[in-house]
Amino acid sequence: MSSQDIDRNEYYRSLKRNIFLIVILVSYIPLIVVSSGILYQMHAIHQEKTRIHLETLVKKHKWNIDHFLRERQDNISFIADSYRFDELADSARLAELFRKLQTTYGHVFSDIGVVRADGTQVSYVGPYLLESAQYNDAEWFQEAFQADTYTSDVFLGLRGFPHFIVTARKYKDGQPWILRATVDFLAFNDVVENIQLGQTGFAHIINRAGALQTRTAGRPVSTESAYLALFQKANQFSPDQIQSGTRQAADGTDLIYVAGLLKENQWALVFQQDLKDAYRDLNRTRNIAILVFGLGGIAIFTMAVVLSKGMITRIAAADREKEIMNQQIIESGHLVSLGELAAGIAHEINNPVAIMVEEAGWIEDLLEEETFHESENLTEFKRALTQIRKQGIRARDITHKLLSFARRSDSIIDRVDVNDLIREVVSLSAQQARYNNVEFESRLDEDLPAIQVSQTELQQVLFNLINNAIDAMDKRGGVIHVASWSNGDQVLFHVKDNGPGIPEANLHRIFEPFFTTKPVGKGTGLGLSICYGIIKKMGGEIKVESRVGEGTVFEINIPIDVRGATGAEPPAPVAKHAP
Amino acid sequence: MSEFTVLLVDDEEDFRRTLAKRLEKRNLQVLSAAGGEEAMALIRRSAVDVVALDVRMPGMDGIDVLRAIKAHDPLIEVVMLTGHASVEAAVEGMDFGAFDYLMKPVGIDELLYKLQDAYEARRIGLKRNSRGPTPSE
Repeated sequence: MSSQDIDRNEYYRSLKRNIFLIVILVSYIPLIVVSSGILYQMHAIHQEKTRIHLETLVKKHKWNIDHFLRERQDNISFIADSYRFDELADSARLAELFRKLQTTYGHVFSDIGVVRADGTQVSYVGPYLLESAQYNDAEWFQEAFQADTYTSDVFLGLRGFPHFIVTARKYKDGQPWILRATVDFLAFNDVVENIQLGQTGFAHIINRAGALQTRTAGRPVSTESAYLALFQKANQFSPDQIQSGTRQAADGTDLIYVAGLLKENQWALVFQQDLKDAYRDLNRTRNIAILVFGLGGIAIFTMAVVLSKGMITRIAAADREKEIMNQQIIESGHLVSLGELAAGIAHEINNPVAIMVEEAGWIEDLLEEETFHESENLTEFKRALTQIRKQGIRARDITHKLLSFARRSDSIIDRVDVNDLIREVVSLSAQQARYNNVEFESRLDEDLPAIQVSQTELQQVLFNLINNAIDAMDKRGGVIHVASWSNGDQVLFHVKDNGPGIPEANLHRIFEPFFTTKPVGKGTGLGLSICYGIIKKMGGEIKVESRVGEGTVFEINIPIDVRGATGAEPPAPVAKHAP
Repeated sequence: MSEFTVLLVDDEEDFRRTLAKRLEKRNLQVLSAAGGEEAMALIRRSAVDVVALDVRMPGMDGIDVLRAIKAHDPLIEVVMLTGHASVEAAVEGMDFGAFDYLMKPVGIDELLYKLQDAYEARRIGLKRNSRGPTPSE
C-alpha cells in the first residue's frame, strides 16, 4: 500500500515537473526569440549608425586638413610667383612678407626661407638661427627640387623639433630655387587633435611609412604599420573614399577604425576608437536588456514553481475528494445487497448446521453405550465429535452476528447519554488497552443532548471501534482519542487512533461483511458491518478517514430526533429479556 | 428429575428425528410433529408437558402454534427454538407466554436443562392451579 502512495507521489512529482517545464518553455522561448531578435537588430542598426557617423566625421576632417594643406601650399606658391628671387633672397624683404603672412593667416607659418639649388638657405626669417643653413643632405630637399610644389612629412630637421615644410620651386637663369616655409606644428596638430570622441576615440595622421605625423596626446598608437594596408588600397578608391573596419590592437582590445587618405594619398587620417567605447550606448542598452531579461526570467521561474506547486496541491486535493466520494457511494449501494445476502445465507445455514450438530450429538450418545467402550479409537471419536459440535456453535455465532447486521435485533430504544456510554466502554476496555500499551484521551462535550437509540447497540458500536483501534496498535502502543460533540441536529463522536492506518485498497471494503485482515479464526469480519448496520438503522452515518502511517478516525453522527430516521422499526415492547 | 412428555415441533424431519432419539435416550417421553396442525392434534390426543417449538415453519408458524397451545392449555410450557432470522419472533413469543427461547443449533444438555426448568415451572403451575395461570420465570 505504501508503495501505492509512493507511486502516487512519483506521479504528482512528474506532473509537477512537466507543468514547470511547460511553463518555463512557453515563457522563455518567445522571450528569448524576441529579445535576441530585437537586440540583434538594434546592434546592427547601431553599428551602422556609428560607422556612418564616424565616416562623416572623418570625411569632414579629411576635407578640412586637405584644405588646410592646400591653402598653405597656395600661400607659398603665390609668394613665390609674385616675387622675384632677388626680392626674396633679401632677408629684410622676406621678413616684411613673413609679417604680412602672419597678419593675414595668424601664426600658421613659423618661419620662411629661400634655398638655392646647392642647398644653401640664402635668406631666412624665423625664430631659429638658420640663415645660410645647408639643406643639400636633407631628404625633403631632394624631393622639393623634383616638383613645383611640395609638402613634406613631419621630421625633426636641423632644429630638433617636429615640423613639416611647404615649398614652391622657381627658376632663375635656368637655376632652380625654392621658397620654403615651416608650418607651425601646433597649429596643424590642433586641427587633428580636436577630433575626439568618447574616452578612447581620437584621430591621427600617418605617412606612407607608417610614421606619425601628429601628436596623439599621449594615447598609444600602434607603432607597427597596422594601417599601411590603407595605402595599398588607395588606388582602387577615389580620393574622397573613406575606409573603415575593425582590428585588434597589440594588447587585445578590439578597435574600430575609419580612415581617409590625404595629401594625394601620401598621408592617412586615421580615427580609431575602442569598440567597447564606440558601442558604449549599445552595450548599456544591452546590459539593461539582459538585466530585465534576467529579472523576468527569475520572475517566470518563481511563478512556474509556485504555479506548478499550487496546481499539484489542488489536483491532489481534488483526487482525494473524488476518492472519498466514490468510496461512500460504493459503500452504501454495496452494503444493502450484501446485508440481504448475508441474512439469506444465515437464514439457510442454521438448520443444516443444527442437524449436523444433532447427528454428532447422537453418535456421542451412542458411544456412551458399552459395546463401543472397547474401541481403541473411542477418544478420537469423542474428540472429533466435540470438534463438530464446537464448530457448529461457531457457525451459529457467525450467523447470529450476521442477523444483527441484517437489522434484526431485540434492542430496546431508550434515552442514551453518549458520554456515559463512552466512559463505560473506555473503562471496560482499559484492561486490554493497558496490555497493549494504549492510552485513552477523551474530549467529551458535557452539554451533549441525550439520543433515542438502543443502548446495547450503541455500546456494541463503541466497543467494536475501540477494540479495533486497540487491535490496530498491535502492542506497539499508541493513543486512542475519543471525542463527542453536537451540532444542534446531531450528536457526533469519533474514535481516533494513531496506529498504522488502513491501506487505501482496504478502506472501501472495511464495512463489508466478512472482510477482515485478522488471521483466520481471530476475527469474523463482521464487527464494522454490524456497526454500519446499527448506525444506519439509527438514521446516522459512519465515516472513516485513514492515512497509512498516521492513523484512522471513525466518525459517527446520530440524529437527536430519531423518529424521522430511516429503517427504524417500531420498538418491540419487551417485558422479559432472555438470559 | 421425573420423566415427562416433550412434544417436538419442527418442519425439518432429520433434525426432529435425531433430537427425539437423543432426548429419549435421556429418559424423556418424546412426541414429534412436523407442523402446527399435527402438533395441536397430538396435544389434544395425549398429555404433553412441555413443547419445543420451532419458530419458523411453513403453514402455521411458531407464534400461531404457541397461541393455539396457550389457548388450549396455558399450563403447557413452550420453549421456542429459532434457527434463523427470527429472534424477534422468539422474543415476541415471550410476550405470548413462551417459557424461553434457544438458538439452533443448541447443545443437548442446554436444551435438556431448559426443558426440565420448563417442566418444573409447569409442575409449580399445576400445584397452584386454582390461583393463577401465568407462569413466571
